[in-house]
Amino acid sequence: MFETTALNTRSRRIEGLVRILFLMMAVMLILPVLIILGMLIARGGPVLSWAFLTTPPTNGMTAGGILFPLVGTVWLVTVALIASVPVGVAAAIYLSEYAPDNWLTRVINLAIINLAGVPSIVHALFGVGAFVLFFRFGTSILAASLTLAVMTLPVVIVATRESLRSVPRAFREACWNMGATRWQTIRKVVLPNAISGILTGVILEVSRTAGETAPIMFTGAAFFLPFLPQGVLDQTMAMSMHLFVISTAVPGVPEELPYGVALVLISMVLVMNALSVGFRMYLRGKKKW
Amino acid sequence: MADSGPDTRADVGAPAAATEEGAAVSVAPLAIETREFNLWYGTFQALFDVDLKIKSGIITSMIGPSGCGKSTFLRSCNRINERLGYVRTTGTIDIMGHDVLADDVELLQVRKQIGMVFQRPNPLPLSIRDNVLFGHRIHHAGEKVSKSDEGEIVEKALRDVLLWDEVKDDLGGPATGLPLEAQQKLCIARLLPVKPAILLMDEPCSALDPKGTEAVEELIWELRGDYTILIVTHNMAQARRASDECVFMLLGKVIEHGLTEDVFLSPEDPQTSDYIEGRYG
Repeated sequence: MFETTALNTRSRRIEGLVRILFLMMAVMLILPVLIILGMLIARGGPVLSWAFLTTPPTNGMTAGGILFPLVGTVWLVTVALIASVPVGVAAAIYLSEYAPDNWLTRVINLAIINLAGVPSIVHALFGVGAFVLFFRFGTSILAASLTLAVMTLPVVIVATRESLRSVPRAFREACWNMGATRWQTIRKVVLPNAISGILTGVILEVSRTAGETAPIMFTGAAFFLPFLPQGVLDQTMAMSMHLFVISTAVPGVPEELPYGVALVLISMVLVMNALSVGFRMYLRGKKKW
Repeated sequence: MADSGPDTRADVGAPAAATEEGAAVSVAPLAIETREFNLWYGTFQALFDVDLKIKSGIITSMIGPSGCGKSTFLRSCNRINERLGYVRTTGTIDIMGHDVLADDVELLQVRKQIGMVFQRPNPLPLSIRDNVLFGHRIHHAGEKVSKSDEGEIVEKALRDVLLWDEVKDDLGGPATGLPLEAQQKLCIARLLPVKPAILLMDEPCSALDPKGTEAVEELIWELRGDYTILIVTHNMAQARRASDECVFMLLGKVIEHGLTEDVFLSPEDPQTSDYIEGRYG
């Protein structure tokens, strides 16, 4: 009754093959990451030093460090967050907690999906038209950051919406049935329990924002500046832009220099991602249900 | 299970007296009164011409097979059904003599007057203390309530639900870490500080083990008299030992409503006796 048939043997052999094939595909994913990191560390590593991080570029960007672009990126990311997080979180709260299923909600959701799909260079042109020219911010940190904010808004909205949705409905029911309004429910129960997911979204947005080049290229990032920005209406250098410039447009740059800049940039992003993962794990451990 | 009925009832105190009291308060005003109440979920009619008079201060159980409309009726009383959006009703529901379906009714006040307990205990992911104070804080938002007053409120509510001794040393602990039975008691406790008139309970023991069920039933008896309690249950023995009056529903209609003893011992409708004796349901 329970003997193996020829068909069973064949099925099992195919099962084994398929499994190995899929495993290989999955392992191949690691390769690009390892190669990129390996190359950057091998070639850019020797450039790194405390002085590299704390001195501005010199000699027509062929020597010196990356202080100005580094500070510029921090400026851009900070202003972009200040602009996009409140808007994104509020929009997500509306969509998840208030919005009825009607045409307006559907249009908003469609807009978010499309916003996420717009190529970054198109965002850049939008930024030039809207912020640089129409609102007369000029090429400035403000214009560049707002462009970045518009581009990363879907990241914040989607992350926030998902983390709000992961709060069990029973909690809301319990509140509503005691006569709490939606806002009381959100403020006292839903948000405190969704905050880890929201922060994860914000941190992911930071890493995305820090790495983008196209949206800031025409809106606020400078080719080279011999000073630090003093306010949001100044132009600034930025890490991603600096990397692009010294790799393509400046003659006589030592070969290792771009690798060093790239290594710092990717480290910033990786540290941010690691922070977000660690933070999520920490908060999940504290979760009480 | 039916055999254990009388025993358990003796445990929780005064079976005979309870029945007498039930009869005595039958002249009291009505907590819930519905007239020709019909309800549709979309095109499906879930309730048919429900005329019920639920008396104040006693425990009324609702029994009937799954899908007979018990929970729907319960959820109509505090108007939480309408959140679904595709619900339509005709007829009236009066709570404590006031039409709750009227346009000018403040839903937040309805929900304050009518507490609801669910099948699965749903304490909020807060401390035990904050769970008890949650409703009170909502309904006294903007007022200053001293720590000692809050302490009294918490102690009274937890004593009322027979939970004080178990949790008094860990009021700051997470409510979701309590055993299920204690969670359900806590869910009842958090309703009490806002002084509701009516407690609706939708199968409050169905997620509990027999011991937990007994403890929560005991609590429900303790609350009897102070609150009007309407309890939906699938557990026939529970309805029998833990209610004054009993409503039997079938396919959206009220088939029988009377003293629990009468409904169980001498039902008027053959469908009631069929259900009680377990021929369907």
